[in-house]
Order: sequence, then structure tokens, then C-alpha cells
Amino acid sequence: MGIHHKQQSGKKYILLIIGISVVVLVIVVGMLLSRMDIPVLMPKGIMARQERDLMFEALLLSGIVVVPVFTMLFLIAWKYRASNTKARYEPDWDRNTLLESIWWGIPCLIILILSVITWQSTHALDPYKPLTSSVKPIKIEVVSLDWKWLFIYPDQHIASVNLMQIPVNTPINLQLTSDAPMNSFWVPSLSGQIYTMSGMSTQLHLMGDTIGDYNGVSANISGVGFAGMKFVARVSSNSTFNSWVVASQHSKQKLGVDEYNTLARPSQNVPASQYALKQDDLYDTVLMKYMAPMQDNTMPGMEMN
Amino acid sequence: MFGRLSFDYLPHELVTVGGVAAGGVGILLGIAAMFYFKKWTWLWKEWMTSVDPKRIGVMYLVVAALMMLRGLADALMIRAQQATSVGSAHGIVSSDTFQQVFSAHGTIMIFFVAMGLIFGLMNLIVPMQIGARDVAFPFLNSMSFWLYVSGFVLINLSLAIGGFSGAGWLAYPPLSEMQYSPGPGVDYWIWSLQIAGIGSLLSGINFVVTILKMRAPGMTLMKMPIFIWSVLGSLSLIVFAFPILTATLSLLALDRTLGMHFFTANGGGDPMMYVNLIWAWGHPEVYILVLPAFGVFSEVVATFSGKRLFGYTSMVWAIWAIVFLSYSVWLHHFFTMGSGADVNTFFGIMTMIISIPTGVKMFNWIFTMYRGRVRFTVPMLWFMGFVVTFTLGGVAGVLMAIPPADFQFHNSLFLVAHFHTMIVGGVVFGMFAAFNYWFPKFTGFKLNERLGRYSFWCWLVGFLLAFVPLYILGFMGATRRLDHYDPSLGWQGLFIVAGLGVGVICLGVGFQLLQIGVSIWKRNENRDVTGDPWGGRTLEWMTTSPPPEYNYALIPTVTERDEFWALKQRPKKAASAPLEPIIVPNNTAAGVYIGAFAFLFGFGFIWHIVWLIIVGLIGVIYSVLVRLSEDTTEHEISVNEIKKTEAVAAAKRRKLA
Repeated sequence: MGIHHKQQSGKKYILLIIGISVVVLVIVVGMLLSRMDIPVLMPKGIMARQERDLMFEALLLSGIVVVPVFTMLFLIAWKYRASNTKARYEPDWDRNTLLESIWWGIPCLIILILSVITWQSTHALDPYKPLTSSVKPIKIEVVSLDWKWLFIYPDQHIASVNLMQIPVNTPINLQLTSDAPMNSFWVPSLSGQIYTMSGMSTQLHLMGDTIGDYNGVSANISGVGFAGMKFVARVSSNSTFNSWVVASQHSKQKLGVDEYNTLARPSQNVPASQYALKQDDLYDTVLMKYMAPMQDNTMPGMEMN
Repeated sequence: MFGRLSFDYLPHELVTVGGVAAGGVGILLGIAAMFYFKKWTWLWKEWMTSVDPKRIGVMYLVVAALMMLRGLADALMIRAQQATSVGSAHGIVSSDTFQQVFSAHGTIMIFFVAMGLIFGLMNLIVPMQIGARDVAFPFLNSMSFWLYVSGFVLINLSLAIGGFSGAGWLAYPPLSEMQYSPGPGVDYWIWSLQIAGIGSLLSGINFVVTILKMRAPGMTLMKMPIFIWSVLGSLSLIVFAFPILTATLSLLALDRTLGMHFFTANGGGDPMMYVNLIWAWGHPEVYILVLPAFGVFSEVVATFSGKRLFGYTSMVWAIWAIVFLSYSVWLHHFFTMGSGADVNTFFGIMTMIISIPTGVKMFNWIFTMYRGRVRFTVPMLWFMGFVVTFTLGGVAGVLMAIPPADFQFHNSLFLVAHFHTMIVGGVVFGMFAAFNYWFPKFTGFKLNERLGRYSFWCWLVGFLLAFVPLYILGFMGATRRLDHYDPSLGWQGLFIVAGLGVGVICLGVGFQLLQIGVSIWKRNENRDVTGDPWGGRTLEWMTTSPPPEYNYALIPTVTERDEFWALKQRPKKAASAPLEPIIVPNNTAAGVYIGAFAFLFGFGFIWHIVWLIIVGLIGVIYSVLVRLSEDTTEHEISVNEIKKTEAVAAAKRRKLA
């Protein structure tokens, strides 16, 4: 008797705590969220927008499994609690072909649907696929350095550190590499990530559809200056972009291989700056640094004493 | 003479010095206590040199618990840093130290806490549950444990001398290569994992053989408890995945110590090859950890529902589906590499398929309660908490399995929240359920229920407080591993909530420690003399609590799946077979010596001390040879001794009943 009584009051207590904590959590989270800037959920570029819609689709489909799991978990646990001696008790009932077929079958169906969605979306939102638009795309070459981002605009003959300015509603073709440890290029408002790796060139196509300044970061640990390795992704009007290009072309700072080598030295929390580009194939030079046979003797060897 | 070892490598930062000082004081106090209570011989003879899996299991749990406290301290530092390091403030530690802290946190929690807990659990439960007296290779088991300890000592030593890796828990090159990480930190990472990992591999082989060859008569594969099936799934993953880890770490070590170019950015090396290899081990590792937890929940839910496990055959198929599929999903850890839409699609779909068998297991557990008599004991609470957290984490996982969606989640705090939901909500909750469930078997008394419930609620609430904000922060574009950020991002509030969550988790840990303390102190109130405090279903509940060295005086014959449950329903028959002498292995110190020499070997590599490497290597080989040439490695327990032990247990039972 005593045990039963104890268990019952314990259960009430548990339900009460669950109820209160869920309510409090929902209220707090709701209040916080309503005032926040959430780039992944409030996209400002066409890639990021489609990626968000995809998340919601998948979330709804998962709900078909999750809602029954939670409902059944609590209902069944409650109904068949030990103190409820009126409930049926069949200790040897341990299989049912129909039920088991349902919970092998329905998840299979959901995953089948999700697989089709995955196939289509992965191909449609392939970062390597150029965006279709009547506007002529702009090519930007991105190099991740210790610990800053270099953006080379070969057709405009300019380069920019920690600022990627792009005109609105214009397809941007990014080519990315690294002259440092691997980094991941990410502007959550505009599109998903892509890695930057030494000696390899990756691609990302994006387009901003709302004018504004967005946060760009490295999403992959690259050493002590990692947290400060951020840039501004500025989506501006065409005219603002053009005047920025002209101003950069007339910048006192020039960027050729020598200046690049200075720039590439490790430095932290680097402010944005613009350069006139002296060498249009700078990106290829950086890339080839890692593809050519080794020339330097500076590799650390092991000093065995 | 001492390689690159020098006084420059002693810690400078306040936090590290404090940690080392606290650790040092702790060790000194421990040593002083051992001398004061004159317990050295007892420690050496009864524990360190023991080959009894029950003792080895307890030692695993002790080391894993110590490491959990260390990992938790790291977690607190990460939370404190991220809650305070905003704008002009720079938090409690430097960038360099912060990176070491999160790298150590991940490495410790996976390799030394989670792995330690599951090996501890396997040692304690597997032989008993299959009606065996020992594992297949008792000495190998001891050696595996001491290799694990050797890794444990190395990784903690890094705090005092030289610092740890700052390259994250998987140390991606080229960041982890000499060019970018010239210090000894990455070498500490490599060698502590390498040595402990070889121990894990050997243990894996040992337990596979144990399960396949040493089951009680009558226990066919389809009559094995589902925990044993889960463990067998996990072990077969260990046997095939850990060699990949060993090889990958060796190649990275060759790059770093001999200037080779397997994974360097230049010289023809390919860092992405490393990333592929490490995840070819890393993804199976996730299931290595979670499958035993699934097994625990299967036992717990059946026992406390007083009912057979629903859908046993489905469960077995689900386990093996997970085992096979877990080898075909590794690329989902780096969809952002740019491997093309076809490759990404394949791995995305494979990843989703793995959620099917997992979902099936969920439904089977829930239907085990259907038409049962559910008792909400502490292990059952952990089960309920697990279903909730693991399902939510699973949804996050399905979202991330779609490559274009993953491009927005990868390396963000959303991902961090996801894998913590799976590892904490799955593995850790499972181990806590197991601890509360099987504790009485090994001590003869139950754990305090009330404190157990308090700890559960603190953990669950703390867990949600700590990780729900991280999901949101991921959507806000917060990447993992940031030691500093701008106030304009509006992240600080959520980071503070997450920090409070870890505080509540610590409260839960406090209640657990209190629970253990109080339960030992008031053990007579929760004494169990039957050996079967919960109405158990499997063989281990047949024998006395705590069990004798030989587990079973008479090896049981199995006729049904839930043999012990069935036995309790059948009319009692008198014991038929006569007792026979039992052969048990002798204690041996060889495992301890091998662990010690392996430590010297690793330490030599880390600090480039060639003679120490040679000493370590020769020491390991010599110890193995000496052990292999021993003539008598076993002794016999006579029928009289068995009768005496059994009589003492029976008398105790009568006295207390």
C-alpha cells in the first residue's frame, strides 16, 4: 500500500514539473526569439531562402513520426502504470505482425518521400550550379588566410580584405581556396557553407535579394585568431557597388604577389581594406603554391636528440 | 637527452595552474590516504592486478567518472567563456587555452568517459548475462584496461606539461600538422588516443569471442538478452572501425614526427583523406556508444513493465541494420567539402535510412509498456527522458541529413546541440539508467530512489536549458568554438541561459554523488538479499548480490529468452547437477606493466625522446613475453570452497530476510 501511495504522489509531482518547465521554456524562448535576428530563418538571399524552406518541409514530415511517439509514450506509460490494476496485464504479449509492419512501413514511406526531396534539392541547390538570371554574374575569388578573408574581383581588378561587397539581385560566382588551415565560408543570411582548402578550389553561387550588411564568418576552427576571422557581406545597389569598385581601383594600396605575401602572414582582427589588383591571376598563383612540387626546406623535421 | 622537454612548457595561465594544483593536491591526498589506511597491498592485489571482469568493470567506471568530472569542468569553462567574452570583455581564458579546453572536452567525453562507461558496463554485465564465469581472454581484458589508463594519464598530464591540442576533438589537418601546431599538444592527442584505442580494439575482440563462444548451454543466438545483441553490434563496429582510427592516427604521427606528407597541405599530402578516414571511424563510433545504451533501455523497460520486450526479432534486425548502415554515412560530416550533388545525395539518403531502424526501436520500447505494469523507478525515468531527448535530437539529425539544409547547420551550434542531444540524451542517460539498475547486483543494496529522482530532474531540465539555446544560436549563425563574439549579434542572453543549464546539470551530478554516498551510508535500509530486487528477467539476477568470483556455482541451462523470468514462473525443482571444481585465472601484474611501458612509449613520442620510445617498446614486448611464458595462469576453486561461499551467502540471506 505504502509503496503504491508513494509512487502515485511521485507521479503527480513529475507531471507537474514537466508541465511547468515546458510552459516556462516555451514562454521564455518565445519572448527571446521574437526580438532576435535569426539569419538562417530570415534569409536575405535566394539560396538561403530555399534552404530554409527545405528545413521546414523535412520538419513537418518528421512530425508524422514524432507526434505519435510522444503521444503514445506518455499515454501508454500513464495508462499501464503499476498502480492502475484495472488495466489489462499481458506479460507474455510480445509481438504483433500488423503493428510491427506499421512502424517499419510508415518510416520507410516517409524516408522515401524525404529521399526524393533530398535528391531534387541537393541537385537544385548544388553550390557548384550557376544561378539562372538575366543579369551578368560577378566573379569573386576568395582566399582564407590566417586569420582574415581576401576577396579578389579579377574582372574589376580589385581586391578586398574582410569585406565582400556585391550588387543586389546579381548572381555571384565564388571560387574559394585557402592559404591557411581549412576554413568554411559562411554568410548565413545569403547561403550555406562551403569549405576552403589549400591547393583545391571550391565553388559557391549565391545572390543577395535585400540590401544590407550581413555577417560572414569562418565556420571551421583554424587556429588562435579563428574567432576574429569575420567579414561583412554587403549587398548594395548597383550604383553603390560600382562606385565602391571605382574607389577601390584607385586605392593607394596595391596587391601583387609581394604585397600578398605580407598580407598572408598571420594577423588577427584585421579591419576591412581595399586594394587595386596588380596581378589578375593572383588566385591561381595562391592555388598553385600547393600543387607545385615542394621547393622550400622550411618543413619542420624531427630533431631527435 | 630529454628531447624538446623544457621548463618553458610548464603552465602559465591561471586557470591551468589552478587545475594542475587542484589535481596535484587531489593525487597527494589520495596517496596520503592510501598510506594512512595501509591499503596499498589491498589495491594492488585485489584491484590493480585483478583479471576478474567485475573488478575491471568497476575500475573502468571509476576512471570514467573521474574523467567525467574533468570533462564537466571543461564544459563549465567553455560556457563561462562564451557567456562573458563579448565585445570589449575577453572572458576567463585566452583563445589558445579556450581551444585546448574544447578540444580536451570532446576528446575526454568521447574516448575516456563514454568509452570507459560502456567498457565498464560490458565487463560487469556481459559475462553474467550470458551465464559465463569470465571473459574469453582475462589477461587481455586487464591489459586493455591498463592501456586505457595509460591514455588517461597521458591526456591529463598534458595539462601540467606542454598543453593539449587546440585543433578540435578530431584534429583535422592541416591545422593539426607541424606547420600550424608545432607544440606537443596534438602529439598528446594522438598518443593518448592511440594507446587507449588499441585497448578498445583488443577489448572489442575479447568480448566478441566471449559472446560467441561462452554462452550458457541452451542460449542460442535468438535467446540472447537484447542487451547482449546490442553489445555484439557495438563490438563488431569496434572490431572493424578502430583499426581505421589506429591507422589514421599513425599516419598523422608519421607526418608530425618524421616529416612525411600524408595529410599535409603541401608536398602532395591530402588533408581531406584524413577527414574521410577519421569519419569512417567516427560515425561507427557514434553507434558503438549508443547501441549498448539501447540495450540497457531494452532491459530496463522490459523489467519495469513486468513484460517481455516487444518485437524481439525486430529489435535484432534493427540493431544489425544500424550496424551495417553506420559504415555508409560518414560523408554527412562534411557535405560542405564540395563533393558534388550525386555523392552528397547518396550519403544524405543513407543517413535518413538509418533513422528507420532507430524509430522501430522507439516504437517497440513504447509497446513493451503496453499491457504491462509500469513501475517508474529511477532507471525508468532515465528511459522516459531518453525517448524525449533522443527523438528530438533525431529530428535535428534528419534535418541535417539533407545536404542543402546541412550547409546552413554545419559546424554551427545547432550541430553541437544535435550531437549532445544524441550523446547525452542517448548514451549518458543510458549509462545512468544502467548504473541505477545494476548497482544492487554488485553491492547487495539499492541506490536511494529519492536522490536518484532529483538527479534525473536536474539533468533533464539542465540539459534542455543548456542545449535548446544552442539550437537557436545555430539558427542565429553562431558557429562552434568561438572564444569571443560581438555584442550586436544578440547571442549573449542565450549563452548565459546555456551556462545556467550546465549549472543545473552540475547540481544533478551533485545529487548523484550524494545518492551514492547516502546509499552506502544507509545501505542497510536498501539491502537486497534475494539477488533479484527488481523482478529481473535475465540470468544475472539468479545469482547472489554481490556475485561470487565465479558468478555461478552451477552454470544455468537456458531454455527461453527471458530465462530467469520463466524460471520463476515454473514450479521449483531441486538443483540436479552436482557441483564441480571451478577453474579461474590468476591475478597478473603484466597488464599494469604493459600499460606503464606504453605510457613511456607515448611520452617519448610526444617529447621526441628516442631512448624513452625504445625503452617503452622493449618494455611492452618483454612484459608480453614474460606473461606468455608463465606456466601456471589459473587456479582451481575446490567444491568445498564453493560450498562454503554459497553457505555464507545463504546464511546472510536468512539472517537479513
